[in-house]
This record gives sequence, structure tokens and C-alpha cells, in this order.
Amino acid sequence: MTAAAARAPARDPAWLGRLFWIGAALVVFWPMLVATEFRPWLLFAPDSLKQTRAFASSFFPPAVGAEFLALVARETWRTVAIATAGIALALMLAIPLTLLSTRVLSISALAGRMARIPFALRQTIRALLIVLRSVPELVWALVLVRVVGLGPTAGVLAIALTYGGMLGKVYGEILESGETHTAEALLRNGAGRLQAFFYAVLPANAAELVSYTVYRWECAIRSSVVLGFVGAGGLGQQMDNSMKMFNGSEVATMLLVFIALVALADRASAWFRRALG
Amino acid sequence: MNEAANQPYRLPPRLFNARCTACWMMLAIALLVAASFWTLDLQWRAFFSTEAARSMGRFIGEFFPPDLSPAFLAKVALATAETLAMSALGTVLAAMLGLALALPAARMHEGDRAWARAPTRLLLNALRSIPELVWAALLLISAGLGPFAGTLALACHTTGVLGRLFAEAIENAPPGPAFALRAQGIGPGRVFAYATLPQVLPQLASYTLYRWENNIRAAAVLGVVGAGGLGQLLAFHMGLFHMGKTCTVLGAMLLLVALVDVLSYAARRAMTR
Repeated sequence: MTAAAARAPARDPAWLGRLFWIGAALVVFWPMLVATEFRPWLLFAPDSLKQTRAFASSFFPPAVGAEFLALVARETWRTVAIATAGIALALMLAIPLTLLSTRVLSISALAGRMARIPFALRQTIRALLIVLRSVPELVWALVLVRVVGLGPTAGVLAIALTYGGMLGKVYGEILESGETHTAEALLRNGAGRLQAFFYAVLPANAAELVSYTVYRWECAIRSSVVLGFVGAGGLGQQMDNSMKMFNGSEVATMLLVFIALVALADRASAWFRRALG
Repeated sequence: MNEAANQPYRLPPRLFNARCTACWMMLAIALLVAASFWTLDLQWRAFFSTEAARSMGRFIGEFFPPDLSPAFLAKVALATAETLAMSALGTVLAAMLGLALALPAARMHEGDRAWARAPTRLLLNALRSIPELVWAALLLISAGLGPFAGTLALACHTTGVLGRLFAEAIENAPPGPAFALRAQGIGPGRVFAYATLPQVLPQLASYTLYRWENNIRAAAVLGVVGAGGLGQLLAFHMGLFHMGKTCTVLGAMLLLVALVDVLSYAARRAMTR
């Protein structure tokens, strides 16, 4: 027994490896720390600490004046409205592009390989969707604010463009990963593409398509707040104004309202998706 | 001939049925959409007029040619590196903080009272539901303009996301090894380090990598409120109407996002094959 106890290593047998990995991590992260000007002690420098304390202490109590609350309620509705209108326009963009780009509705692909021109068309539309999606909505908003001016129009268009690409791409993936035999049977028997879509593809995938759309609506609410920071209206713009005036109590109210709004949208979308499923 | 054997054909439910929840839902959605468009006073007329089209054309025309002078390209490359560093460092900080918060937020074993579970989850949800950009705008006040605020903002939001995912992974880990160690009278810290952590580590790593991918995209635009990286360069030059330079920065941003997409797609395929 004493022999067994003596043989048991007193220290971690893998210490050399652990030490090596810690050292390697430090070497990798050192340049990053330099590049990001990572100086946490600056947070605790006396005058920055004083400013932080002043701003943070003005958070409490949150502003609850009747006039201000009415403003917040109006801006919250505008945030939801920007997201909803944006998603509605995104659908108008995404649905036709999905119909054009999905492989499931290709008649020439029934013979094995898709013909060259339809294939090129589908790939072009797919590339367009990817480009639309990969420009962040904030960048669209920054550009559009220059064209249409400050206000909700830029926000709605930015959401419509980014989310149109996103929805179109994912719709295509959903349709292609679902059951395609019924659509194929209809197409082989001479049904048109739209008939095949409405009677075979859509019924099989409707629940998943709607559930993804509702999920994206929830994301759009979150991003419409962010868009407000570049001047696209809604709660974000108001928050930005209050922050610039160091009005902590107003910021606190709006943050609380925003957290509640996100939680509410989350609940609503979960309930909706459960009701469908 | 054999009609009696056939089941009586049942019609599908009527399309408009007062009890049909789907109809009411569609109606509610249609009302929501209509109300949204109606209350927003969108300036379609300004957007779809010939005058707007002309100003749009002029605006897009100003983007070209992009500024490709070596000095400016070097500046853009530096900002890109800064964006990558911000995202990586923010994700690593978030992974560490998220793990630290996931421990109190998870029920480690049956019979664990986990008194801190509800308050920690509330904190994680609050961190998560405030977007990175709002965090950045808040943190500018204490961290000052620059990439440091952006890193902290990414870390704050990602901590909320990762903490919740980590807590769920820890709760769903197979309980056997932890139970064996606990039955030997070993303390909770070492039970976690030697039984639970090795089992969930691959999952934690994959969540972290996934968030890093998201954070690169987020870090690229975070700068428009002044938090460093490509976004700050974009906001700066766009504010001064340097359209050629703006175009270069936008191109670099799109290139970065596309590169991340391609790499993550390739990595996923290589790993699942």
C-alpha cells in the first residue's frame, strides 16, 4: 500500500504539456493584445473611473416621466415596425429569387443533369443572394442614410436587402433538403413549376419555412435597434442621443425596455413556432 | 363496383373556419405588416423619383475609382488585422468569462441545489440581449475611443451567449464519471476539472469557434460608433466624403466576410467528411 502511494505521482503528470500550451497561447495572443490596445488598467485610472462612476450612477433611478415613457413607447413601436416592414419587403425579394434558384423545380434536372443555361441562371441568382447577405445591414444602412436621408426608410431598406439575401439562401437550402419525390412526380407527369411548388414543395416544407422566417423576424428586431445608431430611427437612435448627452437614467429605461422587447419577441416567436409544429 | 369498400371521401377543413387558428394568425400578421407600413411614413416617393435615382447614380459613381494607393492599402490592412485581433481576443475573453459564469449557472448533479442558477442565468440573458454595438457605445465612455472598447463590447455580448451554451453543455454531459469521482469524496472543483470538463471540451471548443466566426463579422462593423477596426475607418472616411477610400474599406470588409464564410464552410466540410 505504501508502495502504491509512493508510485502515485505527487504532481500533475501532464504539467509539461500544459506549461507548453500556456506559453504558446501567450505568444499567440501577445501581438493581439498590442493591436487592440488592450490596457485594462486604463479602466481604473482615476479620471476614467470617475467618469464611469458618474455615468453608471446616473443609471439609477431609470427615467419614468410620463412624456419620456410615451416617447419610448412610440420609438419601441417604430423599432418593431421597421423590423416587420423590412422582413415583409425581404420576403418579396426572397420568394421570387428562391423560386428561380431552387434545383427542386428544375425540369431539365429531371433527366439527370440540369441544362447549361438554367444552371448558369441558378448559380447567378445564388451568387446575388450571397452578396446581398454578406453585406452587413449596418453597412447598407450607412450607405442608404446618405441616399434617402435620416429616418426609418433607410432602416427598412437595409433590413430588406440583407434579410432578403439571407432568407432566399436558406429557403433554397430548406427546399432542397426536404422531401423532393412528390415534386418530382408532379413535374414528370406534366405539372407546371408553380403547380409543383404549391401542391408538393410548399406543403412539405411550410412549417420549417415559416418557423425560420419568424426566427429571422426576431433577429430583425434586434438589428433594427442597432440600425438606429447610424440614424435609421427607432429605439436605437433615441438611445444614441441619450448616450451622447450622458443621460444615464434615460439610457437605463431604454435598455430595460429593449431587453423586455427582445424577451417578448423571443417568447412570441417560440409560441408561434410551437403552434405551427 | 366495389364502392362500399371505399372510405367515404372526407373533404379537408373549410378554408375560412372561425376556429382555424392559422387564419387568425395570418390575419394578425397581415394587420401587423399593414400597421407597420402605415405608421412609418416611409419616403418611397423620394426614393423612387428620377431625382433620387440620379443622386443615387451620382453617389455610386463617386465610389469609383477606389483608392488603391499603397499607403492607404497598408492602412486598410492594419485595420483588418485590428478587426481580426479584436474578434479573437473578445472571443477568448468571452470563453473564459463564459465558463466562469456557466459553472454557477449549471446544475452539476442531481441534488445540487444550485442556488446561483437563476440569478446567473438572468445576468447571462441580460448580457446576451444587448447587442455588441450597444455595448460598444456604452463602453466608449469608460474605455475611450479605439479597439479596446470594441474588444470589451464583443466580450460582453459573447459572454452571455457562450455562458448559456456552456451551461447547457455542462448540464447535458453524461453524469457517470462525475458520479464516480464524487462517490470517492472528491471536491466539486476537481470533479469538474477531471470528469465533466474533458467530456464537454470538444463541444465548448466548437461553440467558441462558431462565435468567433460571428464576431469577425460583428467586429468589422463595430467601429462605426468609434470602437476600432475597419468600421471606424469606414465611418471616418464616409463622414469626410472620401468616397474612393470608403469604397476600398467596403471592399476589404466584404472580402473579410466572404473569406470567413468560405473558410468556415471548408473547415466544416473537412471535419464532417
